[in-house]
Amino acid sequence: MSANIPELERRRAAAKLGGGEKRIAAQHAKGKLTARERLDVLLDEGSFEELDMYVEHDCVDFGMQEQKVPGDGVVTGSGTIHGRLVYVFSQDFTVFGGSLSRRHAQKILKVMDMAMKVGAPIIGLNDSGGARIQEGVASLGGYAEVFQQNVLASGVIPQISLIMGPCAGGAVYSPAMTDFIFMVKDSSYMFVTGPEVVKTVTNEVVTQEELGGAITHTTKTGVADIAFENDLEALTATREFVAYLPSDNRSGVPELPCDDPWDRQEDSLDTLVPANANQPYDMQELVQKVLDDGEFFEVQPAHAGNILTGFGRVEGRTVGVVANQPMVQAGVLDINASRKAARFVRFCDAFSIPIVTFVDVPGFLPGTAQEHDGIIKHGAKLLFAYGEATVPKITVITRKAYGGAYDVMASKHLRGDLNYAWPTAEIAVMGAKGAVEIIFRKDRDDPGKIAAKTKEYEDRFANPFVAAAQGYIDDVIYPHSTRRRIALGLRKLRNKQLANPWKKHDNLPL
Amino acid sequence: MFSKILIANRGEIACRVITTARRMGIATVAVYSDADALSPHVAMADEAVHIGPSPAAESYLLAETIIAACKETGAEAVHPGYGFLSERASFVEALEAAGIAFIGPPAKAIAAMGDKIESKKIAQEAGVNIVPGFVGEIADTEHAVEISNQIGYPVMMKASAGGGGKGMRLAWSEQDVREGFESVQREGLNSFGDDRVFIEKFIEDPRHIEIQVLGDKHGTTLYLNERECSIQRRHQKVVEEAPSPFVTPQMRKAMGEQAVALAKAVGYHSAGTVELIVSGADPTGESFYFLEMNTRLQVEHPVTEAITGIDLVEQMIRVAAGEKLALTQEDIGIDGWAIETRVYAEDPYRGFLPSIGRLVRYAPPVQPWSGDLRGTDGVRVDDGVAEGGEVSMFYDPMIAKLVTWAPTRDEAAALQVEALDSFGIEGPGHNVDFLSALMQHPRFRSGDLTTGFIAEEYPEGFTGAPASEDQLRAIAAIAAGMEFTRQARANKTSGKIDGPAPLTSDWVVWNDGQQYRVSLGEGHALVDQQRIEGTCDWQPGMRQATATGNGLTMGLQVARRRNRWTIATHGRRHEVRVLPARLADYTQHMIEKVPPDTSKMLICPMPGLLVALHVAEGDAVHPGQPLATVEAMKMENILRAGKSGTIARIAFSVGDSLAADMVILELE
Repeated sequence: MSANIPELERRRAAAKLGGGEKRIAAQHAKGKLTARERLDVLLDEGSFEELDMYVEHDCVDFGMQEQKVPGDGVVTGSGTIHGRLVYVFSQDFTVFGGSLSRRHAQKILKVMDMAMKVGAPIIGLNDSGGARIQEGVASLGGYAEVFQQNVLASGVIPQISLIMGPCAGGAVYSPAMTDFIFMVKDSSYMFVTGPEVVKTVTNEVVTQEELGGAITHTTKTGVADIAFENDLEALTATREFVAYLPSDNRSGVPELPCDDPWDRQEDSLDTLVPANANQPYDMQELVQKVLDDGEFFEVQPAHAGNILTGFGRVEGRTVGVVANQPMVQAGVLDINASRKAARFVRFCDAFSIPIVTFVDVPGFLPGTAQEHDGIIKHGAKLLFAYGEATVPKITVITRKAYGGAYDVMASKHLRGDLNYAWPTAEIAVMGAKGAVEIIFRKDRDDPGKIAAKTKEYEDRFANPFVAAAQGYIDDVIYPHSTRRRIALGLRKLRNKQLANPWKKHDNLPL
Repeated sequence: MFSKILIANRGEIACRVITTARRMGIATVAVYSDADALSPHVAMADEAVHIGPSPAAESYLLAETIIAACKETGAEAVHPGYGFLSERASFVEALEAAGIAFIGPPAKAIAAMGDKIESKKIAQEAGVNIVPGFVGEIADTEHAVEISNQIGYPVMMKASAGGGGKGMRLAWSEQDVREGFESVQREGLNSFGDDRVFIEKFIEDPRHIEIQVLGDKHGTTLYLNERECSIQRRHQKVVEEAPSPFVTPQMRKAMGEQAVALAKAVGYHSAGTVELIVSGADPTGESFYFLEMNTRLQVEHPVTEAITGIDLVEQMIRVAAGEKLALTQEDIGIDGWAIETRVYAEDPYRGFLPSIGRLVRYAPPVQPWSGDLRGTDGVRVDDGVAEGGEVSMFYDPMIAKLVTWAPTRDEAAALQVEALDSFGIEGPGHNVDFLSALMQHPRFRSGDLTTGFIAEEYPEGFTGAPASEDQLRAIAAIAAGMEFTRQARANKTSGKIDGPAPLTSDWVVWNDGQQYRVSLGEGHALVDQQRIEGTCDWQPGMRQATATGNGLTMGLQVARRRNRWTIATHGRRHEVRVLPARLADYTQHMIEKVPPDTSKMLICPMPGLLVALHVAEGDAVHPGQPLATVEAMKMENILRAGKSGTIARIAFSVGDSLAADMVILELE
């Protein structure tokens, strides 16, 4: 037996101990699991295969040469989630506060590189105090190389970031460029500059949580997608989430066995849209009743609630759902909703996930706040995203589809493959009242005439038939048949071939 | 016999009447308001007539519109159901004038019994026992206080035209009379267009028992036994049964004969109910007193139908058509036991607050009632709603009536528990768990009922039926099994890099702070080392499932959010978490999040309108002091201070619409 075997065991044991029992206890005391425990929860039992366990930093300044921990503050490797391959890195806060050294960065780069080569998602568990200051510019370089790799991986493999501790300064830009960010409430935060610097520079007093906690980023800023109560919930939910995602941009969506009948009829949907056009209803119900088993994994549930985005399955195959939500601000499109949906649509398109869009939109939100913050450019993002998407696109208009917002919401004109409308749909430039006030401006003091003209406008446009007559709506369908029609459509569109003209890349209105 | 009748009502009772009429070969006409355009009763009837906007006062209460609908459709008779126009004498007279038959009692009898004061005098004259009280009109609060002091507390103040729990208020003291009298007047005026109020002695430990009477126009009047409706909440009936566990044959005869005497005294025909208040403390059964006579079909009539085998609606129609009753008192028997529970859109977990909204899912335990008086295998559901329908703010919040029949009372109650387990309702809050808890309650099972049952047994509100250790272990096994099933399916995904991923059979389940170790096997599970034989038919996507194990059968209502499952069964909602056993130790590091202290906030318990604020910022308040009044479902709900303090902030003003859970004000 080689003399190296005891040495191997010793080194493995040392690596697994990370920053030592005291620091592990401190990590636990904060309600956090260790880097390895997290991987244990995230990955299938026993599937984790570690790489670079013995990597150590090469810093010789400030006495660092005396302090070496195998692994250097990040655990990397691969494993499976429900049997499907994923690559992972998990920063170890117990080792140098999870700080990023050059070697630490190289370990991350190696798994990202592997993930891209073989076409598997990369999941990063972030828990790091920031740059390894002792290394100076080498650490900064490490960050930048990770950023560059994030850029190259974007649209090639799904990139998911879990923020499970601090993530500040330059460190935020790696997660920022990934596809999805999940955060843990009370124990994670993300900001470019922390509260101390904020106070020095602007005199503002703000807590970490307020400045960049999970609630802030999943409600106000939309930087992060979902906030979870604790590590366990975040990790188990990530398992569920990954099951929806294709492994890369060539593999197509994963498929699960499905017992939910593809033609399940939902009679209750016939009464979903209230008789009164100004009364809201919950679009979640439609989404859940259409998807397999009523399961909808919502992305950004707490941000821009006027639009719903998320994943579900139809006949066991993943679809991306975008839906206006009449319960929140009447489902109006504003800056946040446009950005939220645009990014989601682009993700789906990049990874060949068909997009199902449910439309009930009264238009774009008016006002100086929106205009001065650039709703033109932001609204254009959603328009652009739908317009460039070549994946199967099925659209169902349930009620209002007014004005430019009608065009934007995956209309026929943006290469919608199947555009359906419920009998309750109203496709028009605007609501009847507004339209009549413009067309018949000279009669505005004659309420009788205005009422008559409003009625005339409603009779003409408050229905799906004018649009259907022009071929903008492919069929007017019964609400109860929505799942069946979508399932059929998706089957038929499975081999859809559509390519955009060759270009180096487009110029999305950023 | 009529060839076509119109049902001047909505919801379950309209559907129920249509069902019998159809069986008798009579064509039916439904009427509907805007809110009911898509309601089942409209679809069920042969014809339907729109009669106006949603508020009842502009539709179902418009006698002229109903009569016009009869003329338009050629309906020869009107069945009024209960509520709405059912006890309005002027409506009956107007129908008569128009040559349309009324399927109910004569106008004179309605008028005589409709007035609580008048009816008492008549009852007394007819030899019916009556409760001490003031018979006459009360001028004002001062007068009310004087009368109440004479009768002695507690007293009950009731709107003269009231019923169904509206316009009633109990006063334990002069102070209560002063606070409540005008409110009763107001509710009477708003709900019934009549602000007269009467006051009577409140009988302690009372039971509510009523006699069903049935008479024809040829002088025959019968009593169809009693129903006990003692399980009430705020004077609203929740559970009704027939027969009553308190009533002896002698007592039944005495009560029945007095009821028949009263009916005869007012020239009654058709179905009617004489409500009695009975002192449960008097074992002789002689202490029963006349409460009121309801000159209509009662909500709870199905329990009488179940034990007598007599279709009351059919009898009403026959009597109205002039037929003689084909029955004699000797024909009226008691076969078995029937229990009805009322499924309401109100949330028992939140102080029974009314809830409205869309029925996102509605899955009753059996198909809607089709005419068999005992339903399907002893389970009858009378409803007038469908999935996708709306429990509207305009009408009564009752979703359905669940009636079970069995040879014995215990079996009927057990059948209730079973049926309630498979009653699926999502959307509005509902009281299914509470009903199930009542059906399992040992005191209910013992038959020791009073109208104070709910207040006495649930003084702190309802938190779910108690669950036995066996049940809790079974729930743990079921939850672990469900998670296993989900994970097993997830493992069948495409795109795996190797064979089937191993799936553990060892799980840990947390339920209400308790941890259970579950080891799943084929057809059995070990829970904390105790073996449970059994299976559960749940598959991914199912909202309803059945589990059997160790001789227990449990219907389950299932919801899942990530690894948190909600399993409702046997009157309790179990919020459980499931994890593979290998990860269980990690939970010890998770920090329990402490929810914000809401004890210093006044939270709006239901959607409604803020109609009054009784305090201002800076006011010092003591526990029980009224802080705000929120009107919802046409009821004024006074929200009181839970603890003493000073009003720090008031977030809303009078006239604001409030959603549930909004913080109206904060104390400091």
